[in-house]
Amino acid sequence: MKRVRQFACVLLVLIVGASFAANWLAPANYATQFRDELPNAGPSKAHWLGTDDLGRDRFSRVLYGTRVSLLLAPTAALLSTVLAALVGALAGYLGGRWERLAMAGADLFLSLPWLFLLLMVRAALPLNVSAFTSVTVTFFLLGILGWAASARVLCAGARNIRNSDFLLLARASGVGRVRLLWLHVLPNLKPVLLAQFWISIPVFILSEANLGILGLGVAEPLPSWGSLLRELENFTNFGGEYWRLVPLALLVITVTSFQMILSRDEVTA
Amino acid sequence: MVRVIIRQILRIAVTLFIGGLFAATLIRYAPGFDSDEQAMDTRLSNESVQALREARAGERNIFRFYGNFLSAAVHGDLGVSRSLNRPVRELVRERTPVTMKLIGTGLLAGWALGLILAISAAMMRLVTYDVFTTAVSGLFLCIPSAVLALVFVFVNAPGALAIGLVVFAHVFRYWRNLLDKSYAMPHIITARAKGVGPIRVLLFHVLPVSGAQLLAVAGVSVSVALGAAIPVEALCGIPGIGQLAWQAALGRDLSLLVTLTFIVTFVTLLANTTSDILGRSLRAQEA
Repeated sequence: MKRVRQFACVLLVLIVGASFAANWLAPANYATQFRDELPNAGPSKAHWLGTDDLGRDRFSRVLYGTRVSLLLAPTAALLSTVLAALVGALAGYLGGRWERLAMAGADLFLSLPWLFLLLMVRAALPLNVSAFTSVTVTFFLLGILGWAASARVLCAGARNIRNSDFLLLARASGVGRVRLLWLHVLPNLKPVLLAQFWISIPVFILSEANLGILGLGVAEPLPSWGSLLRELENFTNFGGEYWRLVPLALLVITVTSFQMILSRDEVTA
Repeated sequence: MVRVIIRQILRIAVTLFIGGLFAATLIRYAPGFDSDEQAMDTRLSNESVQALREARAGERNIFRFYGNFLSAAVHGDLGVSRSLNRPVRELVRERTPVTMKLIGTGLLAGWALGLILAISAAMMRLVTYDVFTTAVSGLFLCIPSAVLALVFVFVNAPGALAIGLVVFAHVFRYWRNLLDKSYAMPHIITARAKGVGPIRVLLFHVLPVSGAQLLAVAGVSVSVALGAAIPVEALCGIPGIGQLAWQAALGRDLSLLVTLTFIVTFVTLLANTTSDILGRSLRAQEA
C-alpha cells in the first residue's frame, strides 16, 4: 500500500510540475489561434495533441487547464475546510444550542444536492463575466458551498475532545476558553482537518468538471479540465481521435492519485 | 416510534421552508440575476426590454416573493415558468415520473451491482478479486458523472445505467468496509469455524448485524443519484426534473427553481428519514 501511495505521489508531482511549467513547456499561449491551419487538426510536430475547434493548440490548453484546476481546487478545498473548522470545531467545542444550531445548518446544506445548488448559483452570475471572474467565482462557490459534510466530521471530533480528560484537566487548571480552543482543540483536530482538506480536492475537481461540461464552469478562453472536457460533446470517434481524451485521462489519473494517497479509513470517514 | 415520525415530519417541514428561502435568496442576490438573455436580443425594442425587466419586479423583494409563492403553493398554484412560458405545476407533473423512473432504475442497478460485488468480495477474500472490484468502483468514482452521461449517449445506452454506475461507485466502498467489519466479528468467526455455510452466515449473521448501516448508506445514495440526474438528463436529452433544473438555472427562472428546490430537498430528506427510521426499527428489533 505504501508503494501505491508513493507511486500516486510521484504521478501527482509530475502532473503538478508539468502544469506549473506550462509557460516553458507549452508551445503556444492557451488563447492563440492558428488560423493558417485547419481547426480540429490531428497531432503533428507543431501541435502534439492537435488543435481544437478554434484552432488553438490542445497540448498548451491541457497544460494551462491543468494548472487552473490544480491551483484552484486546493484553494477551494482550503476555503471549505476553514469554514468547516470554524463552524464544526466551534460548535463541537461549545456544545449545547450552538452545536444544535450549527448542525441544523449543516443538515440544511446536506439536504440540498450540492450540484443542484452550485448549478443554480453559478448560472445566476452575469452573462458577460470575464474568464478570470468566472474561474474565481466558480471555485469560490465550490469552497463556500462544500463545507457542510466536513463540518459534521469536525464537530464530532471537537465533541470528543471537549469530553476528554486532558481538556477537563486544562479547564480545571484555569485555562481560558480561547486558549483551550487554540492550544488544545485545534491542534488535536489537525489530522481530521488535513483529511477533510485532501478529500475535498478531488471532489471539487470533479464538480468543476461537471459544471464545465454543462457549460457553467470557467469562461472562454481560459481553459480548465471542465471546459476542456466540453469538447467531448462533439466527439464521434473514440478509437480514431484518442488524443482528445487526454484531458479526461489526466483528470482520472489525478483524482485516482488523490484517492490512493488517502487511506481507506480517511475516505470512509 | 410515533413521536420519532412526528418529529421527523416537523424537521422536514422546517428544512423545506428554510431551504426554499435560502435557495431563492441565493439566486435573487446573485450578481447576474437581473441579466436576461432575451434582453440581449437586438431585435427587441426598448419597450420590450423594459417590459421584460418589469416582469421581474415581483421577484425583487425576496420575502414578498417567497410569501406570495408559499401562499399560492398551498392552493396548488406554483406560478408560471418565465423561461418556458408554461405553468410550473404542469411542467413538474410531466417531468417527475421521468426522473423517478430514471433514478429508481439507476438506484436499483447501482445497489444491486454494489451489493453483489461487496458481498462476493467479502465472502471470497481473494486479493485479486478485491483489488479488481475496488479498482472498478474507484474508476467510476474518478469519472465525472457528466462524462459518464456523454459516454452513454455515444454508445446509445440508457442514461439510468450511468446513474447506476455513479451510485455503485459511492456505495460499494462503504458496503465493502461494513461487511469486512461484520465478517471480523467474533460470533461470525465462531460460526464459520463451526462449519456454518457461507450463505447461512451471510443471511443469518452478517446482514442482520450490518442491515441498519447498509440502509443508511442506501438513503444517502438517493442524494447522489439526484445530483447525477442533472448532468445525465441534461446531456442525454431526457426530459426530467434534472434537465428542467438545468434549463431553469440557465434561464434564471426563480419560481421554477424554488419549486424544484422544494422537490429535490423533499425527496432527499424523505429518503434519509425513511432509511433512518427503518434503521432505528432494525436496531430496536436486534436489541
